[in-house]
Amino acid sequence: MIAQLTSSERQTALLLCAATMALGLVMLIAGLDNPFGIHGALVMACAFAVMLVVIAGYFAPEPSPTRLRQYYDDPSKVGVVLAMAWVVFGLFVGDWVAWLLVYPDLTFDAGWASFGRIRPVHTTSVIFGFGGNALIATSFYVVQRTCSARLADQVSPWFVLLGYNLFCLVAITGYMMGVTQSKEYAEPEWYADIWLVIVWVTYFVLYMRTLARRREPHIYVANWYYLAFILVVAVLHIVNGLAVPVSFGEARSYSAFSGVQDAMVQWWYGHNAVAFFLTSGFLGMLYYFLPKRAGRPIFSYRLSIISFWGITFFYMWAGSHHLHYTALPQWVQTLGMTFSLMLLVPSWASAGNALATLNGAWNKVRDDATLRFMMVAAVYYGITTFEGSFMAIRPVNSLSHYTDWTIGHVHAGALGWVAMISFGSIYAMVPWLWRSQAMYSARLVEVHFWLAVAGTIIYVMAMWNSGVVQGLMWRTYNESNTLAFSFLDSMVAMRPYYIARAVGGLLFLIGAAVGSYNIWKTLQMAAQSRYRTQADQPEAELDGAAAALPGE
Amino acid sequence: MVRRPRCRGNSIVFGFHYRLERKSIWFVVAIVFVASIGGLVEIAPLFTIDQTVEKAPDMRVYTPLELAGRDIYTREGCYACHSQMIRTLRDEVERYGPYSLAVESQYDHPMLWGSKRTGPDLARIGGKYSDEWHVAHLDNPRHVVAKSIMPAYGWLKRTPLRTEDLGRRLRAQRKVGVPYTDAMIAQAAADALAQTEPDSPGAEGLLQRYGEATQVRAFDGIPGTLTEMDALVAYLQILGRLTDLAHQVEAGTRQ
Amino acid sequence: MTHDLLVWFAKSYGLFYLIGMSVAVLAYVLWPANKKTFDDAAGSVLHEEDKPWR
Repeated sequence: MIAQLTSSERQTALLLCAATMALGLVMLIAGLDNPFGIHGALVMACAFAVMLVVIAGYFAPEPSPTRLRQYYDDPSKVGVVLAMAWVVFGLFVGDWVAWLLVYPDLTFDAGWASFGRIRPVHTTSVIFGFGGNALIATSFYVVQRTCSARLADQVSPWFVLLGYNLFCLVAITGYMMGVTQSKEYAEPEWYADIWLVIVWVTYFVLYMRTLARRREPHIYVANWYYLAFILVVAVLHIVNGLAVPVSFGEARSYSAFSGVQDAMVQWWYGHNAVAFFLTSGFLGMLYYFLPKRAGRPIFSYRLSIISFWGITFFYMWAGSHHLHYTALPQWVQTLGMTFSLMLLVPSWASAGNALATLNGAWNKVRDDATLRFMMVAAVYYGITTFEGSFMAIRPVNSLSHYTDWTIGHVHAGALGWVAMISFGSIYAMVPWLWRSQAMYSARLVEVHFWLAVAGTIIYVMAMWNSGVVQGLMWRTYNESNTLAFSFLDSMVAMRPYYIARAVGGLLFLIGAAVGSYNIWKTLQMAAQSRYRTQADQPEAELDGAAAALPGE
Repeated sequence: MVRRPRCRGNSIVFGFHYRLERKSIWFVVAIVFVASIGGLVEIAPLFTIDQTVEKAPDMRVYTPLELAGRDIYTREGCYACHSQMIRTLRDEVERYGPYSLAVESQYDHPMLWGSKRTGPDLARIGGKYSDEWHVAHLDNPRHVVAKSIMPAYGWLKRTPLRTEDLGRRLRAQRKVGVPYTDAMIAQAAADALAQTEPDSPGAEGLLQRYGEATQVRAFDGIPGTLTEMDALVAYLQILGRLTDLAHQVEAGTRQ
Repeated sequence: MTHDLLVWFAKSYGLFYLIGMSVAVLAYVLWPANKKTFDDAAGSVLHEEDKPWR
């Protein structure tokens, strides 16, 4: 991997590592008596590890100039591996958290293992660790193919990928030490937030520079979605993260906003993290990998553009539906509900567009589990967006809010849509990236598919049931016109559903583990066949072969 | 920066969008513009429209000990299972008390309204149970409520409260808009200890600064030591009691 | 700023903005000259051309 970098790029990489280590050292000294210092040590250790890798490859011969005639896929490869590592870890923690609600004493009397601290470890690992790495890896892959252009340079993709993973690592270790802003899905503290801004700006600049190298004047629609993801997430992250640290040597900070304004900013962020992180970017994936794998162009390119502007415009208004019947002024609640309903139009346009693309390729869907992952993802996308608009209606929300129904809805989206489209795209991309004929085992993809589908259905059904039961128990009155159930009654009634949910989650986790194994074996297979080709061919011929068959 | 295209765009008629795509920076501007409208319209007026937050003259700020407790509440992620927002629905008002007003979280940086009730709402938990109940419940919830699924927080009793940074915490809170005075900031660490020592000279000053109604007692039941349990229970016992306005509003609607 | 002012603004300019944006997007999407661009783009991902153009 380092062999692909020129010697000046290797020097830049070393310099970046050294700068990051210096940053870590400053943090360590400034925060010796609190978790801020521990994070300084972690930053130093990570930068040092990367530095060792660079040093180990530092004296490799200069890369051949022919590399510029190929796509630069090394960061995508590492991104895929990291995404699979995060998903297995994140799902494992998620299932553990689920069992905590059944057996609350699984915490070993330790602070770091309590529900409140490891729940964000789960959400961050799967959303940002898995989702984020999958998005970065596929966006690099897609932008190069759709623009017929190589990534604009070779160091910044690594900075984006590794810097982003450092952010995730700092985030989850922070939660376990009790470092959190306590803003949902934006828990990392101020210094991690600032680091992410630096990484994200680099990502944006790299993406724009690569787009500028494109051949056709028109930008393929998948890139629109990726670009909206990068841009709007930056805006959301910066505004929601505004905070004043207690001091520059301490982890704790206080949000710039308070009370009702903070609630609105938080859910403006929270809902649009769903929109632009968990929807827009993954629609980018869908619009490239689905037509590619199905061998058919997207059903209606025009519709994909209409949905793009619809989603970009409507989503931003919908956040306040998280605050129905609260102290938020009613006019904001009404706006949120109205736009949430309108949002169904572009959402279903996207889902329908994806399914219509498959019309005529159903035989492929039947035979190919990878394509089936993408189809099921589109179906779940349709279901979840319908459910989301439905739950945004005030009277429905009065029942569903605060209950497990919300959790069921989120997981229909996260497992059914985000994870399925990611797995489908990764299974499609891995053989193309590593230049192997196919995945190591098509049967294991099939196994993964059915485990994922079964796990999702069990999970979502359990949470729908528990949510509705819970909501109804809270508002049931008896003959004497008093509340029929205590809160404890409703909680005890949840137990069977919590067990079912944990089992569903376990199935999904096993599926992801099977997928990781399959990908790992595919990489081994590819490495072996490459080793054989190299042994067979003399050096000069190999160079020519690489030019004819680029992509490494 | 922008390379010559292989084929000329055929959309010269529609020159605007042709340029929009060629110069992708304009595309970026369009995305940001279209996406910002919703947030701007919904968020900006919340800061400028006066009716958004009610006026409550009796509203007081958190004492240093309560703020430390609040920081423990956020640190442990309690908001993942407990909301602090009673909605304007009959069953919620009957179960938890008067519905929450915006002013009640006016000094909450960040707000802890929450989004999930795996456990009950805590917006008005203050004063509902005794300190002893809270201490026993946090130590191991199942000793008090046999079927509870809440984690045990036994170590809170054993962990001394860190007070040396409380002054800095209050100062940071003042920077984001909470009206702490210089005296409150200077006395923060001492005030935290004083709140667990009734009739001490320090308690006098505390009551002067934060009001006569401030609760002063050894919250964890052990006088003389300041633990994280003291702080968390002090915070739980003040929830919903920073102002009386919600109860007044409820009494007003009933008449 | 008052609530009434905001409502007036949303009901007048907000409406124009919403309609204007929809018209712009629809015009771009349905403009006959753009058809070829879209068809080319939709087909472009299917071309097996696995290297950069320059």
